[in-house]
Amino acid sequence: MPGPLQSVKTVHPDDRAAFEAVVAAAARVIVGKDHELKLSLACLLVRGHLLIEDLPGVGKTTLAHVLARTLGLSFQRIQFTSDLLPADVVGVSVYEKDTGHFSFHPGPLFAQLILADEVNRATPRTQSALLEAMQEHQVTVDGKSHALPQPFFVVATQNPFHQIGTFPLPESHLDRFLMRIELGYPDNRAERVLLKGRDRRELLESVHPVIGPKRLMELQQRAEEVHVSDALIDYLQDLLDFSRRAPAFAAGLSPRAGIGLRRTAQAWALLSGRMHVLPEDVQVVLTPVVGHRLRGSDRESTPAAVAEQLLRAVPVP
Amino acid sequence: MKPPRASPSSPALTLERIAWLVAALLVIILPHALRQPPWVITVFLALAGWRILGFTGRLPLPDAQHPPLALLKQALGLLIFVVVYLGNDRTLGRDAGVSLLIMLLGLKVLEMQRVREYYLVAMLGYFLVITHFFYSQTLLLACYLLGGVMLLTASLIGFQDARRALPALGRLSLASRLMANALPLMVLMFFLFPRAAGPLWSLPKDAHAGLSGLSEEMSPGLISQLGLNDNPAFRVEFKGPAPAPSELYWRGPVLARSNGQTWSRGVTGDLAPPPIQGHGARYEYTITLEPHNQRWLFVLEQPSALPAGSRLTRDLRVLVPNPVVQRLRYTAQSYLRSVVTDFNPREIAEALELPRGFHPRAIELARQWRGQSQAPIDVVRRALEYFRSEPFYYTLTPPLLQGDSVDEFLFDTRRGFCEHYAAAFTILMRAAGIPARVVTGYQGGEYNAIGGYLIVRQRDAHAWSEVWLGDRGWVRVDPTAAVAPNRIERGIDQVLPEPILDMPFELHNVAVRQVLKQFHDVWDTVNNRWNQWVLGYNARRQTELMSQFGFEPNLGNLALTFVIATSALAFCTALWLLRRQTRPDPARAAYDRFCAKLARRGVRRARHEGPQDYARRAAVARPRQAGSILRISDLYMQARYAGDQRALRNLQQAVRSFRA
Repeated sequence: MPGPLQSVKTVHPDDRAAFEAVVAAAARVIVGKDHELKLSLACLLVRGHLLIEDLPGVGKTTLAHVLARTLGLSFQRIQFTSDLLPADVVGVSVYEKDTGHFSFHPGPLFAQLILADEVNRATPRTQSALLEAMQEHQVTVDGKSHALPQPFFVVATQNPFHQIGTFPLPESHLDRFLMRIELGYPDNRAERVLLKGRDRRELLESVHPVIGPKRLMELQQRAEEVHVSDALIDYLQDLLDFSRRAPAFAAGLSPRAGIGLRRTAQAWALLSGRMHVLPEDVQVVLTPVVGHRLRGSDRESTPAAVAEQLLRAVPVP
Repeated sequence: MKPPRASPSSPALTLERIAWLVAALLVIILPHALRQPPWVITVFLALAGWRILGFTGRLPLPDAQHPPLALLKQALGLLIFVVVYLGNDRTLGRDAGVSLLIMLLGLKVLEMQRVREYYLVAMLGYFLVITHFFYSQTLLLACYLLGGVMLLTASLIGFQDARRALPALGRLSLASRLMANALPLMVLMFFLFPRAAGPLWSLPKDAHAGLSGLSEEMSPGLISQLGLNDNPAFRVEFKGPAPAPSELYWRGPVLARSNGQTWSRGVTGDLAPPPIQGHGARYEYTITLEPHNQRWLFVLEQPSALPAGSRLTRDLRVLVPNPVVQRLRYTAQSYLRSVVTDFNPREIAEALELPRGFHPRAIELARQWRGQSQAPIDVVRRALEYFRSEPFYYTLTPPLLQGDSVDEFLFDTRRGFCEHYAAAFTILMRAAGIPARVVTGYQGGEYNAIGGYLIVRQRDAHAWSEVWLGDRGWVRVDPTAAVAPNRIERGIDQVLPEPILDMPFELHNVAVRQVLKQFHDVWDTVNNRWNQWVLGYNARRQTELMSQFGFEPNLGNLALTFVIATSALAFCTALWLLRRQTRPDPARAAYDRFCAKLARRGVRRARHEGPQDYARRAAVARPRQAGSILRISDLYMQARYAGDQRALRNLQQAVRSFRA
């Protein structure tokens, strides 16, 4: 047998238990959305920001809230409106009469998990402030930089249907979100549980942190260690290449999208109990990761359809 | 490990792409409009136009949806064949072939629907480029066609450019860059591609029909026809100084027989050559002769050293075995003063023959002179004096001679070109009992200071006489010189009514003329270089070049080497491409065998299906083998995706023993 022998790494039992506990705790509140829950978790594991696009009342807010609670993260909700100013989000410098100095009063952005509700209602100026913070993990007020807490996640929601008086995120901003998911209506059984069960708010109160921020950062580290073989890199490359060359797509995937795809697939593999990535991992996260970055040549097709088209066209090497 | 890339769906025929292709084809076809009957181009235009109008929906196209039109298209194709066949005198030669190609290409443009056909039309377009060189191989045409090739390549690029990422200019610049990349290969092929000594394949007999120049016969008006013909006959480079213009008699066909109207070659001319005693300065020079489809070469009177492969005849013509149909470069030497005194009774007898029943007045006049003179040389002087003193005119447009051409010219019209004077003079001499003959060829030439050579054009064509003066042998006498000394001393331009450069406005300004002449010289020099170094690069020159590099100069060797080298290159490229595609990953190879076994049982893996998904599906479909299916898939995933090299051997074993 040529080459050095390499032992196959397996997921540490403690890590596996941690994931299971988080998903189980959250699933008590978010019923029947295990897949979306797992995707959100994968997004957080690779330090990505999440965009949830769906109708009101399907549990977007609850999802963000329950994630914060199970992971033991500080939580802030910012309701975006058209009159919201950047300072309302980021914070302001206030002149203190006593000391004669300016002191910074941090805004609601200074939390570990931010829920940016209805992000498309805010003006582009405010959106930019948020997106800059997402990218830089710090805010700058009056020339002074203030680091945001670690870890830092933004879960933004937008309502895709009521577009009057909104400022839809431009493509360059959409690209900042690692994932875009939809929640959708619950299935029959979940609906029944929801109807019979207690109020979600109350349930939320009863959720206790399963792991803390420190443990979460450890797990993030672990996700990066998941093995990506050459064969899988080939597959990723073929996907990117096809998206750029095929006339079915108006614009190809960026290198940033490619890296995001790899990292998310790693996190998904970890959540699935593997320390190596399979093509299936890439396929599962493909729609959430590339759906909002890829547009079909005909503007009609949905993100899911476009991603599906890409997936079906490229053979697994 | 790289798999074959998934290919994007094939490009479609859009209006823009068709328009590009048609435009490129038009540019390429255009020069044929000069040679082809106008309806050929018209048919192409009509068919291409039909296609474009049809594409925009303004006309129905002859496709499957319109059966009558499709039938019409077929009939049109047949009709084209018939018309071309009948229109070219029932020969399918070069002209007919090109006509057919152009019109049938139009039909193909009309009917093309698939991608393959687009490529076919483009390739035929490239072929059409080559057909121009059957007619002409000038630098200008080559440059023009290079532009055509660029357009055609750009339209192919546009066809491949699925997203239309390149604007028109970008396509053209990419096409020119591609062509620039191909340049080294082109140069290499130019030098190394095996060249046959003759034409590689024989052109149909109409190929050389249009070559103009001197013919082997002379009748009034035949040479003056050439008077406005600017085409070069040949170019001469002298080794050392050139003789004075008045000494430049380029000897061509010698005509010893007359039937009263037309002069033609005598029977004694082809006998073995006489000894020539040359004295005075000897000139060595190299001539680049334009193809004239005749067997003779032009040399300066009189030749002392002949070009390789040629022979001299009794009447001092230089002949080659085959008609010159390609530009020919040869070196010869001549003495301006030479004596040929070898007496041959048959030759002299032929040089005294008079056509029976013609030229009574001329014969009468000559007999008169003979009676009044002592020696033949006096008669010659008398005749020249006659031309000089009587009102004779030298003109390119002599009046038409209807009766006895010599008598009418000598006594009535008195206006003629060199052939009139030479013919009349020769008849006069013969009538006076002095053996004489007509020599045709060229006289003079124009010196090109830029290129350092003399260019002799068709309009320099000339005819003069030779008389036999006993002990002095054959002596050249040029009656034209008596009438128009400028013609001989300063060249034909001095006596032609209008300068060669046909200007739309009067050019009295000397400076402008000078510049024009300069420009003309530069252009001709460039053309001459092109002729000598590009077109003149023939089998012999190739052999010489090869032997300089120590290569065995042998056409067979060259061809063999070329074939071997090209095949080796093609083979290596193919091997490299194939290897790149199927460099086998052992785990993948084993897994493929496993998938093939399952596929035989109807469980086929989709191309985009991952191993885990496939394993689950196969396990459900073949529950008895579920265990081994899952195990093999697991081993494969370990080996290929988890980097576990130990799994490979187990995988190979498991696949070997797997029975689906």
